[in-house]
Amino acid sequence: MKVKVEVFFKEGVLDPQGKTVKNALQHLGYDEVDDVRVGKVFTLSLKTSDREAARKRVAQMCEKLLSNPVVETYSIDTVEETR
Amino acid sequence: MKCGVVTFPGSNCDQDCYHVLKSVMGQSTDMIFHKDTFFDDDFDLIVLPGGFSYGDYLRPGAIARFSPVMKSVKKAAKIGKLVLGICNGFQILVEANLLPGALLKNIDLKFHCHDVYIKVMNNDSPFTALYEKGEVVKMNIAHADGNYYADNETLDELEQNSQIVFCYCDERGEINENSNPNGSVKNIAGICNVEGNILGLMPHPERCSEEILGSADGKRIFESIITYFERRYACDSRN
Amino acid sequence: MIAETELKLHGLSTEEYQRITEILGRDPNNVELGMYGAMWSEHCSYKNSKRVLKRFPTTGKRVIQGPGENAGIVDIGDNLVAVLKIESHNHPSAVEPFQGAATGVGGIIRDIFAMGARPLALLDSLRFGELDEPRVKYLFSGVVSGISHYGNCVGIPTVGGEVYFDSCYRDNPLVNVMCVGVANKKDIKLAKAVGVGNSVMLVGSSTGRDGIHGASFASEELSEDSESKRPSVQVGDPFMEKLLIEACLEASKKDFVLGVQDLGAAGLTSACCEAAARAGTGMDIDISLVPQREEDMSPYEIMLSESQERMLLIVKRGYEEEVSKIFAKWDLHAVKIGTVTNDGMITVRKEGVKVAQVPAKSLTEGVPEVKRESSQPSYLKKTAVSVNTGINENPEKIFLKLLGSPNLSSKRWVFEQYDHRVGTNTVVKPGSDAAVIRIKGTSKGIALTTDCNSLYCYLDPLEGGKQAVAEAARNIVVTGAEPIAITDCLNFGNPEDPEIFYQVEQCVEGISQAAEFLGIPVVSGNVSFYNESPQRTIFPTPVIGMIGLLENINERCETGFKDNGDIVVLLGEVQGSTEASEYLRYIHDVKAGKPPKINLLQEKKIQQLCLRAVREGVVKSAHDVSLGGLAVALAECCVIGKKGFKGNINCKNLDAALFGESPSRIVVSVSPKNMETLKLLAEQMQIRITVIGTVCESRMTLAFNSSVVIDLPLDEVIDVYENSLERRISAQ
Repeated sequence: MKVKVEVFFKEGVLDPQGKTVKNALQHLGYDEVDDVRVGKVFTLSLKTSDREAARKRVAQMCEKLLSNPVVETYSIDTVEETR
Repeated sequence: MKCGVVTFPGSNCDQDCYHVLKSVMGQSTDMIFHKDTFFDDDFDLIVLPGGFSYGDYLRPGAIARFSPVMKSVKKAAKIGKLVLGICNGFQILVEANLLPGALLKNIDLKFHCHDVYIKVMNNDSPFTALYEKGEVVKMNIAHADGNYYADNETLDELEQNSQIVFCYCDERGEINENSNPNGSVKNIAGICNVEGNILGLMPHPERCSEEILGSADGKRIFESIITYFERRYACDSRN
Repeated sequence: MIAETELKLHGLSTEEYQRITEILGRDPNNVELGMYGAMWSEHCSYKNSKRVLKRFPTTGKRVIQGPGENAGIVDIGDNLVAVLKIESHNHPSAVEPFQGAATGVGGIIRDIFAMGARPLALLDSLRFGELDEPRVKYLFSGVVSGISHYGNCVGIPTVGGEVYFDSCYRDNPLVNVMCVGVANKKDIKLAKAVGVGNSVMLVGSSTGRDGIHGASFASEELSEDSESKRPSVQVGDPFMEKLLIEACLEASKKDFVLGVQDLGAAGLTSACCEAAARAGTGMDIDISLVPQREEDMSPYEIMLSESQERMLLIVKRGYEEEVSKIFAKWDLHAVKIGTVTNDGMITVRKEGVKVAQVPAKSLTEGVPEVKRESSQPSYLKKTAVSVNTGINENPEKIFLKLLGSPNLSSKRWVFEQYDHRVGTNTVVKPGSDAAVIRIKGTSKGIALTTDCNSLYCYLDPLEGGKQAVAEAARNIVVTGAEPIAITDCLNFGNPEDPEIFYQVEQCVEGISQAAEFLGIPVVSGNVSFYNESPQRTIFPTPVIGMIGLLENINERCETGFKDNGDIVVLLGEVQGSTEASEYLRYIHDVKAGKPPKINLLQEKKIQQLCLRAVREGVVKSAHDVSLGGLAVALAECCVIGKKGFKGNINCKNLDAALFGESPSRIVVSVSPKNMETLKLLAEQMQIRITVIGTVCESRMTLAFNSSVVIDLPLDEVIDVYENSLERRISAQ
């Protein structure tokens, strides 16, 4: 099964990359851009088909390694069944 | 006193720290490979050096904290041995929750390598006893992720416990936005744990321990550590 | 017979194809054609330049290894050697600046540790179009980030180099990277596949499809569809490289590791045939043993992949396990892919079945040499005119404009993004004439620089070649070091154009004359042709990388003024020439005139005088006078030393006095008590010296024939010099 994990900075933590991209977009004339947050996406291929179990394990992975809970939050999406 | 310098894959200041401890300070020093573990009593000082452990992939320090050697480092810290994390070593210490907060990308997203002035905020520590409180010293920084962050609650605790050890300042000791190279909250350049035996800092004292390299201000960190152990062992032998 | 279109795909000419069939006695198959195509490209074979390059002086008492190996080696005494090489990564950087520059850094580092030397310093010689164009800014900041990303992570300090902007580099920026390492003499490893029956092992990264055809790509002009060639740009992994350095250096110390060769352009093909050809042996390899990153890779792809961070080791039979153990410590794999043979052939198999077999030497040396026509460029008739502009503005304003111009202002914005301190050896930091690194455990230091005045080379290729060497040597000498070796990176346009080829010949002749006269051998180098787009061709840019030796690092000298009251003295002629000067180029937008001629004897004497004065402690600072002339040189001494200056120049023309350029000039500062000694030394060596002022506290004041023309607070001079480049970059 494939799982997608997104990691973003928590609200309130300055995201200088997001700010830079926002400025660049506005500079290119996209004035409607109000805010940009830059995050990370991980796609994990897991050797399991148990959706719930997978979610639990991936949540652990996020807490332990994929995100830094001090400054980041994460979201988990089970994308597709493989085969 | 016995020193150990840890080599993680991607460490690149490990030999520099070894050089200073061994050749400049004349201390017995070993290199410790990240796959190894050691006994609590093997080393008095353990240095986590600068560099790009695991290429800084994911987040600086995020993968290194799981190295086998870190178990030993934690145990040694628990019994009061000194742990010094420099640059990437500081990043590893915060990722390992041995120090509070996080180190984010520099606010201008650029790598910065230049000298900075830092102010000694706390000289009541084994690492800084030979500095004057409020003294302004010059050290080199070289990092892309040195922007110290902690939430307000943590910051209050840091201040209450005098855990803020160094702050970026200007030549005259003013701590302000202009003298902040990376966006760190409260210009924080280095902090210690509550017990005071773990220090993490972004500047590189090992690059500033010989006059030929432009500054020897960092040497006093190592001298302070040596003095600390000399006294401790003198006490021990008296008891 | 094969279709011409398919030959073109491999970058081969019909004549070359003919030669291949003669060598093999049959038609080559597709894999073999690919191997010849890559190895016979200009990038790998130097088929256009070989004949010209023979002119370089390559021998000397310190030379242990001249051109032809991964890098050059010179003896620096105490059983130590310095290993040096410069290489271009121009084309990859033009299409993908970040990865192009990053992999350029990675490649040159591998050339150094392949020889068993620990890389100690990097320098980058960079050239771009004019900074006011958004695309140039993109390329410039991309290249700088790429170098910073790779060099910083791998832990080798970037201690110097140069950055130059001119519209001729707009479409074709130059990214030349130099690396210098030091080794114990006994640890040197040559890239030779010696000993029949020994094992060929591949270590480092796995092989993917990246960078296939990189060598032939680098041997074409850039065109509109170069952008779509992005797939041939490789991605670098500096973390992997760092592990590879540690593991290879550990392995190099073992007797059972007999040879080390890096995989650069033309990947496995080039590594195998070069190592075999150098030893006069052959190699039998099976590509199914090569660790692969992608599925279903063909023999062709595996043989030509330019995946980064890979090395080839020649290991004594029976010691493969030992080697694997060393690499496993660093979580790297080391696999045996074949053996050394005595048939002189590169035999490639897939699961045991032969898929290619060609003589190793035919790949490295068999290319039909191309005799290029050469004719004096017609533009020289137009540019070789005497230009007299006169000074049309307040000289102080012009001075500030020049001081803050992209080419003359401090490159702080660039070098502060590079870790130039890691290794704790950087004694003289970037921003000086030459950087100086110490060699721990000795009293020695090495001075390093890269130089080339490409405008001079454009306006007078012979003179430009000479002066590139002379200026590099001057930059080394002012630190107190003795120049000992050159590594050159020859960047030119399309050599098939006789006028371009003339530039090549003349520049090489000039470099050779100066190198011979000053006694500095060329020990390694690189050629990069086809640096042009349909719109423009770059100035001929033969970059000279040079190292010098300080026996006693405590006798070094730096650029900045030291103490108030010190006397500032100019060694050499006071009068400069505005022709071909940066002043003319930047202020008057004129790229013309004849560059001032260098007198090599005079140059040598000035350098000897300076070296003596530095080593005997007679002078406190020394700085080469080059781009921007005397006024800019003095400002640099002020800014770097954080000191003021007050002085006067007596001269004919105001602009020539302030901003005119002339070779063989050095500004020194000397304490009054040593002034007599300096005069005596100068007299002995028949060098003209002129007192031009004194060091003072906080103003820079310069008079011309006793009337003040520049009078500025030091803070303003510092601000303009230090911050102009950053302001220009940040301005949207």
